[in-house]
Amino acid sequence: MARGEPSIELRRATRSFITPTGAMLTAIHDVDLTVAAGEFCAIVGPTGCGKSTTLSLISGLAPPTAGEVYVLGKPVTGVDPRVGFVFQSDALFPWRNVLDNVAAGPIFRGRPREEALARAADWIRRVGLSRFERHHPHQLSGGMRKRVALAQTMINEPAILLMDEPFSALDVQTRILMQDELLQLWSTAKASVVFVTHDLEEAIALADRVVVMTAGPATVKSSYPIDLPRPRVTSEIRFEPRFVELSRLIWNDLREEVLVSYRRAAGVAA
Amino acid sequence: MTEARITQAEAAAPAAAERLARRRRLVAVLQIAVLVVVLGAWELCSRTGIVDPFFFGMPSEVVQQIRTWIAEGTSLGPLWVQVLVTLEETLLGFAIGALLGVLFGVALGRNQLLADVFGIYIKIANSIPRVVLGSIFVIALGLGMPSKVALGVVMVFFVVFGNAFQGVREADRNLIANARILGASPRQVTWSVIMPSALGWILASLHVSFGFALVGAVVGEFLGARQGIGLLIATAQGAFNANGVFAAMFILAVVALAAESLITLVENRLLKWRPNQGPETGF
Repeated sequence: MARGEPSIELRRATRSFITPTGAMLTAIHDVDLTVAAGEFCAIVGPTGCGKSTTLSLISGLAPPTAGEVYVLGKPVTGVDPRVGFVFQSDALFPWRNVLDNVAAGPIFRGRPREEALARAADWIRRVGLSRFERHHPHQLSGGMRKRVALAQTMINEPAILLMDEPFSALDVQTRILMQDELLQLWSTAKASVVFVTHDLEEAIALADRVVVMTAGPATVKSSYPIDLPRPRVTSEIRFEPRFVELSRLIWNDLREEVLVSYRRAAGVAA
Repeated sequence: MTEARITQAEAAAPAAAERLARRRRLVAVLQIAVLVVVLGAWELCSRTGIVDPFFFGMPSEVVQQIRTWIAEGTSLGPLWVQVLVTLEETLLGFAIGALLGVLFGVALGRNQLLADVFGIYIKIANSIPRVVLGSIFVIALGLGMPSKVALGVVMVFFVVFGNAFQGVREADRNLIANARILGASPRQVTWSVIMPSALGWILASLHVSFGFALVGAVVGEFLGARQGIGLLIATAQGAFNANGVFAAMFILAVVALAAESLITLVENRLLKWRPNQGPETGF
C-alpha cells in the first residue's frame, strides 16, 4: 500500500434500522471519515449516537443503507480478514481457556493447531498472562479478560483495528494501565486504529486525531489533530498544559452535542 | 490486637466447616425420618384396616413382591429381562429423539426461512397430546419394540427440539460477531459458538426428556406388548394386585434415578467451564 493512501474511507455513509414498532431509525447520517494508514483515530460523541454503528460498517458486520465504505482501497462487502475488532462487552468464548481463546483466530483461518497454540502462547506472554493460560474467562478479572481480548485480536495481525469502548467497563486504574498497554502493542503493530469512546480524556491521550460526532442521527461534526509527542505515558500526559488546552477546546465542541442528546433523553422520559 | 484477630479468623474456618457438616448430617437424618414415618404410617394403616390393603397395598407386601419376582421370576419371565426390555426401548427412544431434536432445533435456529415455514407445524404437533399416538404406533408397528421406541422418540423430540432451538436463538450476538471477525466460517460459527452456547439448554432438556422416554416405553407396553415393566404393571392391574403395581413403580423409579444421576454426571463434565455449578444446574 502506498504511503498516504487512506486505509479506511467512509463517503456519505448512512445506516437506518426498522425498529420493532415499525418506525425508521437513522443511526448515522452522511458520515464522511478518512483514516490514514497507521493512524490512531478516536471517535467521541454523546452516548448512543451511532459511534458503534460506524464501526460495524467498517468491520463489514453490517452494510450501509446508503453511501460507500472502503477499507484498504476496496469497497467493504463482508467481514475482511485484515480487520480486528475489540468489543465493548466481553466477547471471549466462556467455554474455552485463555490459550484456546487466543488461538481461535488462526485456527478459524485454517492454520495448523500446533502453530496456532504456539503463537497464542507468545501473545499471551506479551500481554503478561502466561500464568493463566489454562484459566477460563470467568476466573479472570475484568482487566485480564481485556488483555486476553487484545491478544485474541492482535494475533491475527490486523491492518485495521476497531475498538468499541473497549475499556469502559474497567475501573480507572486498570483502564490507564490498559491504555498504555494498547499504545505499546500499537507502536509495534502499526495498524490503523479507530477507537470509539465516550471518554474525551482517553481519546486525547491515545489518538493522533479526535473526531467529534453529533447527537443522533450522528454525523461527523469536527476533527482535531492531537499534536502531543509520542511515545506517550497516558497516566502522566493528562497533566501537560497542551493536553488540558486540547481537552477544553474539544469539550466545548462536544458539550453542545451531549446537551442535545441529554435533553432529548429527558424529553422522552418526561 | 491484630494477632488476636488472625487467630480468631483461623479458628472460625474449621468451626464453619464443622457447622456445615453437622447441618448435612441433620438433613440426612431428617430425610430418613420422613421416609420411615410415611412408610410406617402406610404399613400401620393397612395392618389396622384403616385403608384396605387389597386396594392400596402394603410396603412389606411390596418388598415381598419384589423378592418373589427376583427369586422366582414374574409371570412374563425373569424380572431382569423385563427391566432390560423397557430400558432398551427407553434408551433407543431417548437417543433417537434427542438426536433428531438437536438436529432440527439447530437447523431451524440457524435458518430463519426454515423456522418460518416449519415453526407453525411444530407448534401444532406439539399441542397434540402425543401419548395418543401410542395406539397408532401399536397398530402400525406391532407389539414389539419399534412401537415403544417410536412413542419415546415423539415424546422426547419436542422437548429437546424446543430447548435446542431456544438455546441457538439465545446465543450471544457479541460472541457470534467476534467469531466472524476472527475468521470463522458459518459452519465454524455453528460448531464453536452456537453449539457450546446451546449445550446448557440441550442438557437441561435431557433431564426432563429421559423421563418422557420412560413414559413412552411404559405406556407403549401398556397399550400392547409381550414383555416389559409396563406390561408387568398392566398384568398386575388385571389381577387386582396393587402390590405388584407399586413394586413395578419402585423398579421404574430406581431406573429413572440412575439415569438422572448419569446425565448430571455428563452435564457436569461438559459444562466444567461454567462459573456457577450450583444446585440450579444440578437439577
